[in-house]
Amino acid sequence: MKRQAWTTTLAAYAFLAPALVLMGLFTFYPVLYGAYLGFTEYTAANLGSGAPPRWVGGQNFALVLRDPLFQTGIVNSLKYLLVVPVLQIASLAVAVLVNRKLPFIALFRAGYYIPVITSISLAAVMWEWVFQKDGLLNWSLRLVGFFNQGGQFNWLLNEHTALWAIMLVTFWRGFGYYMVLYLAGLQAIPGELEEAATLDGASPWQRFWRITVPLMRPTLLLCSLLSTIAAIRVLEEILVFTGGTGGPLNSTYTALLYVYNKSLGLDFNYGVASAAGLLIALVGFGLSYLNFRITREDRGER
Amino acid sequence: MNERGGFPTTLHARAEAAGLRRRAAWRKGVGFALTYLILLAILAFAVFPFLWTLAISLTDKKAAGISIYDLPRSLFPPAVTLGNFVEVFEKLKLGKYLLNSLIITGLTVAGTLIVSALAAYPLARLRFPGKNLIFAAILSTLVLPTETSFIVNVLTLNKLHLLGTYWGVVLPTVATAFGIFLMRQAYLAIPGTLLEAARIDGASETQILWRIMIPLSRPSLTALGIFTLVSTWNAYFWPSVALLTNEELLPLSVAILKLKGQFNYDTFNVAAGAVLMMIPVLLVFLLAQRLFMRGLEGAVKG
Repeated sequence: MKRQAWTTTLAAYAFLAPALVLMGLFTFYPVLYGAYLGFTEYTAANLGSGAPPRWVGGQNFALVLRDPLFQTGIVNSLKYLLVVPVLQIASLAVAVLVNRKLPFIALFRAGYYIPVITSISLAAVMWEWVFQKDGLLNWSLRLVGFFNQGGQFNWLLNEHTALWAIMLVTFWRGFGYYMVLYLAGLQAIPGELEEAATLDGASPWQRFWRITVPLMRPTLLLCSLLSTIAAIRVLEEILVFTGGTGGPLNSTYTALLYVYNKSLGLDFNYGVASAAGLLIALVGFGLSYLNFRITREDRGER
Repeated sequence: MNERGGFPTTLHARAEAAGLRRRAAWRKGVGFALTYLILLAILAFAVFPFLWTLAISLTDKKAAGISIYDLPRSLFPPAVTLGNFVEVFEKLKLGKYLLNSLIITGLTVAGTLIVSALAAYPLARLRFPGKNLIFAAILSTLVLPTETSFIVNVLTLNKLHLLGTYWGVVLPTVATAFGIFLMRQAYLAIPGTLLEAARIDGASETQILWRIMIPLSRPSLTALGIFTLVSTWNAYFWPSVALLTNEELLPLSVAILKLKGQFNYDTFNVAAGAVLMMIPVLLVFLLAQRLFMRGLEGAVKG
């Protein structure tokens, strides 16, 4: 190599060094070592004695899969996926609504985005007051005629409603985010297409289904993929609303909460927690693949 | 139609046309009003928790028998005061947590900007062996199964004696594919002739980066800075894990929930703390809204 090339290579690696060291240590290594830990016995006791992880094969996985708590977690995480279609349809609809040149429209767009920049802990503080027995939700429902005969309850402490209540907060924090992404997609659609369709006598509804939706397919795929992965990985919401208990009666116990409680929350059993984490990653990967396949096949039919 | 002869017919036709026009205008007006009604309803859904929290934080609680659940009175405070804000500083040591938030956010923003600005340069503008591999590896972090990363990162930080320090919170979060990718796009947009001219003048790679690339990509740096600021200020899960052993250093985003659980739990004070935590983010967002949204769209299109 020429001298010039050598100095360039040296400079390149010097510039990349901080990023590569940090990513190596805190991103790549944890993924690989975490996968390895899933096959070992490694607990807080190991930390104390300094003993290295002991290889135990698939034992942790068998243990996790048989654990009713993990099964509950997976079921609840899958239930949480119900928020995905609702969130995507609503944010696409809102994006179409605000993709017009109307007075003050920028104000509305900004307003819808504010929940996105809210910390999950602030959301927890504020929404807990909403969900209280005497909170804003029950009061509003009474105002329009529900629960006039009493029977109102704390939505977060009722095992039939707690998960739905937390999903509502996820929806609240998410719809502005996806709205912006859909808005970007909508604005990339050439205006002539819509005009031509209008001249040909297409109704707004036809224009939406024949032009907007097909052209938005890549954005739809990306957004549904993002929110599917987020839903299967839901943890923060559960931590802040239930204090890590996943209550009431485990009705909000999600899969990743199991990983958290097995490792740092309660048990300090890093091997078992890592095995559970790997299983969840597998489910997430499978769902992403499914998501991808379904959208691809749709396109093939056209 | 016979316009000259049929005087009554013309009049009739005119009247009918005017009627049609009026009906069209009426329909348009109704559509317009309906659109804004929907826009306002969604806006109310997005921002009502903030407005209620603001109202609570400003309520003078010394008035007898006042409660946030005294609806609808708590939506419109009968007596307004700033006393709650003063009180959270005195009783809840809010100042300490605010300072922690400032330090953690400041270090993270600075670190992210430096690491991203450095790493993106060779990836955008230099030729060296291993470039494609490194770029692919960085991008792959976007899809890595990170379910177990927090466990391993805690173990690593423990070994490095960084657990329970500011650096333990900051270091694992500063090298991100998002930041590097954003800066790479900015560098790619800078004309190559500028770089050639600088090289002919004998400028080193460091000088080119420092004198040309960074000043010319200031908008992207600003966007990345704002983005990092908001997400770090709001971060809940990672700081709560990394500072599990040292609650003195907790940022406000984590502390606010701890304050809520304390014996001196006072809804009005917590609301004041929530408002104080929200204001900086809200200001940054409103001032830099365009950059913020563009950064988001840019990140997705990539």
